[in-house]
Amino acid sequence: MVKTLAMPPQYIPDSSPQGSPGGASQAVTLEVRHLKAGYGTTPVLRDVNIKFYDTKVTAIIGPSGCGKSTMIRCLNRMHEITPGASVEGEVLLEGKSILALDPVELRRHVGMVFQRPNPFPSMSIFDNVASGLVLNGARNRPLIAERVEDSLRKAALWDEVKDKLRQPGMSLSGGQQQRLCIARALAVEPRVLLMDEPCSALDPIATARIEELMLGLKNNLTIIIVTHNMQQAARVSDYTAFMLTGELVEFTQTQQIFTKPSDKRTEDYITGRFG
Amino acid sequence: MPAVQRTAAEERIDSRSKRVTGLRERAGDRAFRWFVAGFGWMIIALAVMVGLQLAVGSQLTWTKLGAPFLWKSDWDPVAEKFGALPFIYGTLVSSALALLIAIPLGVGSAIFLAELAPRRVSDACTFLIELLAAVPSVILGLMGIFLLVPAVRSVEPTLTKFLGFLPLFRGVPYGVGLLTAGLILSIMILPFITVITREVLLAVPRSLKEAMLALGATHWETVVGVSLPYARSGIAGAVFLSLGRALGETMAVTMVIGNTPKISWSLLDPSYSMAAVIANELTEAVGDLHLSSLIAIGLTLFAITVVINGLARLMIYRVTRRGAAA
Ligand SMILES: Nc1ncnc2c1ncn2[C@@H]1O[C@H](COP(=O)(O)OP(=O)(O)OP(=O)(O)O)[C@@H](O)[C@H]1O
Ligand SMILES: [Mg+2]
Repeated sequence: MVKTLAMPPQYIPDSSPQGSPGGASQAVTLEVRHLKAGYGTTPVLRDVNIKFYDTKVTAIIGPSGCGKSTMIRCLNRMHEITPGASVEGEVLLEGKSILALDPVELRRHVGMVFQRPNPFPSMSIFDNVASGLVLNGARNRPLIAERVEDSLRKAALWDEVKDKLRQPGMSLSGGQQQRLCIARALAVEPRVLLMDEPCSALDPIATARIEELMLGLKNNLTIIIVTHNMQQAARVSDYTAFMLTGELVEFTQTQQIFTKPSDKRTEDYITGRFG
Repeated sequence: MPAVQRTAAEERIDSRSKRVTGLRERAGDRAFRWFVAGFGWMIIALAVMVGLQLAVGSQLTWTKLGAPFLWKSDWDPVAEKFGALPFIYGTLVSSALALLIAIPLGVGSAIFLAELAPRRVSDACTFLIELLAAVPSVILGLMGIFLLVPAVRSVEPTLTKFLGFLPLFRGVPYGVGLLTAGLILSIMILPFITVITREVLLAVPRSLKEAMLALGATHWETVVGVSLPYARSGIAGAVFLSLGRALGETMAVTMVIGNTPKISWSLLDPSYSMAAVIANELTEAVGDLHLSSLIAIGLTLFAITVVINGLARLMIYRVTRRGAAA
């Protein structure tokens, strides 16, 4: 990996969301402290510090390869299942270190939606959504059915699939599949929802539906979304983090980052002047 | 919008080269198609001809004894009594036994090799397992006679003692018999099941496994919930391939099955298989009816193999269409 030029020390702006609008102190769901991660001997993240707030959507933007996926995969400890992966530093979920939690337990609180829709091909629509519940030991059929319906409604998919719950999840369109995956993640009622470029395989209409959905969901969730689409970040997020070669360059309210970014590199990236 | 202008010369060169390459390709394509189609038909013709030849050779049996040949159970060439059931029974039961042993063992070790073992260990083990598949069956038969038969003989009394309430485990501990044949066959087919299953497990998309893990599944739950269902059509394919092999296996089976045309409930009793009786008696068959009956057994074996392979195709087709997994 090409070593980057000397960067100024980690920039944590004064306008960081600690002193956020409304003045009310906001609940921090996830706090990342001095996170370093890499693959083999290649460092990818160098000392990232960031906080994610309850009931807010945080967008993570940055050029390809800067470590966005690596970072959010550290948040549910999916990073460590990659062979050769290394991680250092602290991540606190509601004040508790996630390293102290069983990864299995952690992932039930921190759900994830992937770049490509990945419903389980051997399962029906219903079973896809129910899979997390069943893993959690739910056995009560009526209760499961209720939760499945509830999750599908939250994912704005219920009306489209309510008559064909027994059909394979793969029979849906790409956008529907992605909403199915969101419903699957929501069914276990996570505290945090990680989304890694959830719309990059979708057309603008499907994308719009998912964005709309996120705005509805954030009322009782912390949503973290990685996106390459600046407009999307501007539309859906309350806070935006800009990353560059494994470092957090700027993290502040979305409106501010898009109107008057305080770092030159952020400005270059947002205005498209970046490499 | 003005269309792209091209000079007449350009047009000419372009169309000529297109025509030339087009022609050459088409001629080549056609030759290739005939060539390959010829091979394809030849394989089909071979299969049909094998069937026909067997049918012609066994005509005497079918006209003299008719269909009851298939479900009569006495076989006495001297008295000219011919019934194929003991052989059909021996073949089917020993193969079923082999699958019963080899499927859990093979799938289990494939899960270990694909999901748990470090890649290098996994590759090394797979290489060794593939070697096992290359051992000639007569060698396995020898191993069977010298190692397996005495071993089975020594555990049979224990089996009878504890499981003797089942008719499956009664009788005199000869050592040779259905159980031993099933064991030998399971060793023969184990490599196929293991290696193919490992391969299909390795082909399970990472994104699916990650989706399951991200839902809070353990490694084990991911294997059961995602990997095995995804791989099931491949595993079914491996099982049927193995079954085909087990049904037709001759040498190793005849060396340990006891070569006695009797139907018995007990797995400990000696039995006989279709392939084994053909191999053993064909050269000594004196009567026409004897010879013809052996060929009729051959035809039956051929038919059973075709039917089982057909069913396998059907099942794999159903499974893949339903799950859209392949
Ligand atoms: N499994 C892996 N093994 C080795 N290196 C990896 C692996 N995954 C990612 N990397 C490297 O880590 C760096 C960061 O990757 P990451 O996937 O986090 O980037 P990203 O910001 O998500 O990029 P994109 O926007 O393209 O998704 C890249 O340089 C990449 O080459
Ligand atoms: Mg990424």
